[in-house]
Amino acid sequence: MKRTIFRNQLLPWLLLAPQLAITFIFFIWPAAQAVWQSFLREDAFGMKSTFVGMANYWRLLDSPEYLNSLQVTAVFAVSVTILSMGFSLLLAVAVDRMIRSAQTYTTLLVWPYAVAPAVAGILWWFIFNPTIGILPYLLDQVGYNWNHISDKGDAMLLVVIASAWKQISYNFLFFVAGLQSIPASLREAAAIDGAGPVKRFFTITLPLISPTTFFLLVVNIVYAMFDTFAVIDSTTEGGPAQATNIMVYKVYFDGFVGQNLGSSGAQSVILMLIVIALTVIQFRWVEKKVEY
Amino acid sequence: MKSLFTASAVALALSAMSANAQTEIQWWHAMGGELGAKLEEIVKGFNDSQTDYKVVPSYKGTYPETMTAAIAAFRAKEQPAIVQVFEVGTGTMMAAQGAVIPVHQLMKDQGAAFDQSAFLPSVVGYYTDTDGNMLSMPFNSSTPILYYNKSVFEKAGLDPNTPPKTWAEMEEFSKKIIDSGAASCGFTTGWISWIQTENLSAWHNQPIGTLENGFGGLDARLTVNGPVQVKHWGNLKKWADEGIFKYGGPVGGDNAPPMFYSQECAMIMNSSASRAGVIANAKDFELGFGMLPYYDDVEGAPQNSIIGGATLWVLSGRPDEEYAGAAKFFEYLSSPAVQADWASFSGYLPITQAAADEMAGFFGENPGADTGLKQITLNTPTENSKGLRFGNYVQIRGIIDEEFEQLMSGSKDAQGALDGVVERGNALIEEFQAQNQ
Repeated sequence: MKRTIFRNQLLPWLLLAPQLAITFIFFIWPAAQAVWQSFLREDAFGMKSTFVGMANYWRLLDSPEYLNSLQVTAVFAVSVTILSMGFSLLLAVAVDRMIRSAQTYTTLLVWPYAVAPAVAGILWWFIFNPTIGILPYLLDQVGYNWNHISDKGDAMLLVVIASAWKQISYNFLFFVAGLQSIPASLREAAAIDGAGPVKRFFTITLPLISPTTFFLLVVNIVYAMFDTFAVIDSTTEGGPAQATNIMVYKVYFDGFVGQNLGSSGAQSVILMLIVIALTVIQFRWVEKKVEY
Repeated sequence: MKSLFTASAVALALSAMSANAQTEIQWWHAMGGELGAKLEEIVKGFNDSQTDYKVVPSYKGTYPETMTAAIAAFRAKEQPAIVQVFEVGTGTMMAAQGAVIPVHQLMKDQGAAFDQSAFLPSVVGYYTDTDGNMLSMPFNSSTPILYYNKSVFEKAGLDPNTPPKTWAEMEEFSKKIIDSGAASCGFTTGWISWIQTENLSAWHNQPIGTLENGFGGLDARLTVNGPVQVKHWGNLKKWADEGIFKYGGPVGGDNAPPMFYSQECAMIMNSSASRAGVIANAKDFELGFGMLPYYDDVEGAPQNSIIGGATLWVLSGRPDEEYAGAAKFFEYLSSPAVQADWASFSGYLPITQAAADEMAGFFGENPGADTGLKQITLNTPTENSKGLRFGNYVQIRGIIDEEFEQLMSGSKDAQGALDGVVERGNALIEEFQAQNQ
């Protein structure tokens, strides 16, 4: 590897400065404020502020709503990850087999990624609306009464589908790239040895794209835990009866609607710790099974 | 040519100077669409009426968004002088001593003409302190009323000019309507929290919480699990099982109005301010208006209904000229002509007796338009029917919806659900008290 040696110490820092400044102003400073806020009890206008130590945390661990939110987040993140990665892999494998139309399909499949999450949420809200939506109408024909406003299961299904749909394009692109990097000779050799398409997929394709799969696993879980806020906000707003109140939405709701900044700060700190822990686990244990 | 140019330049400079001399007063509000356009028209009327002040309205989104924006702005010392806050935010605003300037004090400090007795007690009562002083200026207030489908009543063999007065009649009429096949459901409702819980309590003179429903201080706690409320929620569940009542969803109950418009349900309880919308949608049938039903075995019922909507709060920390302007603006806003114009247009309640009198002609031409006004002025408000004031009430409304949904799904009975409201709500109220003491 080629190394560049800087003569003086100042230049590298200067070159790094813009990026460091952005990281500091937009990431580290607000995060530090959240940590500080989580130890305070404050009224909405910030007129009275008391240091309460860990009280906000203990209160959270005592709260059935918060424990419910943890559970909802786990179910939601796992479902979104499995659904979006499963579907994109299926589509990627299908496109990989095409010769002439692959380009067109790839372009079409990438489109949903350009849709803003809030717009995607509104789209799904319209499709699934119990009163005016097309899907409840069709489901009604087959005897299913869809109502995500009062049915917890329906609501969860709605946000999972809407969030997974949004992420399919992204996963798909990576899977296609991963598939294309597998040398055709390997698959041909296996085919000559008599392995069928299913056997070839599981013994050759899947292990060879495992670095991609692992990367996407990390990205998708982080996506499900953080970036799905807009989908939840524009469809269920965490309801009914907290059934889709994932942690990041609860942070927003308690902090900005409820004006309880202390609890909201404590929740975001816990959320941050969970994501850090998950990422560490993934890199330390899951990555060992990945063949580069 | 040259002199013309100079003259126009001088005129321009002069107009710029006069614009500079005007004090701008920021007003953040949550009125979108037609209401927003009307609001700007009212503001323009004020701005054109004098030259010293210019009120600048800005639309900030929904009620919670507007309130959140104002609070965030206050923390950043960029607050507007006037902000519109919905009724459930009253507890939070009131507790913020030092952040708000009570309206009665503003008017006194600025020497503005202000006679609190001119206001309707049931409107301003919601926004007064324990000594009866007005804290914020009511702008848009409404109260829930009963809308019913006269055509369906006729088909079911009921008198189309007699809406049900009591809950027993609600049940009886609904059964007749369903049995005759005139409609498949008796009634639905918007706002389980506001209408079927808070207003139900006030209408039957039952307490929602201790210390005058929270007016008496931060120590107040919810007591909404009383016998009348439990009986009513139990009935709603029973009626839902029998198909008499249909649930329209949480918060405002978005699915309730379509059920009424499509004639699936014969009656709906909803805000008096939705009158224009209901009329516009009730194309295929005759529309009737009535007061909220009551239980005739409860002593003191019907008392008076309580309001919802929003008021204008004055935030502290702005230059003094702005407050002088705000006081002038409030004088203008509460004048009978402006009030009557706004109330006739929007369906909101007039806030002064003079404005209500001015609307007599309008009420004559629009039968039923005064139902809400009659309902809130039916009796002198008691400590149970003045309104309510609790901190964190935005979330408590959400808890009421959640517990009601537990009742509907059968996982709790009425007593259990309302006990849940009290227990979970009081936890939030305690937290609010701790934050503000």
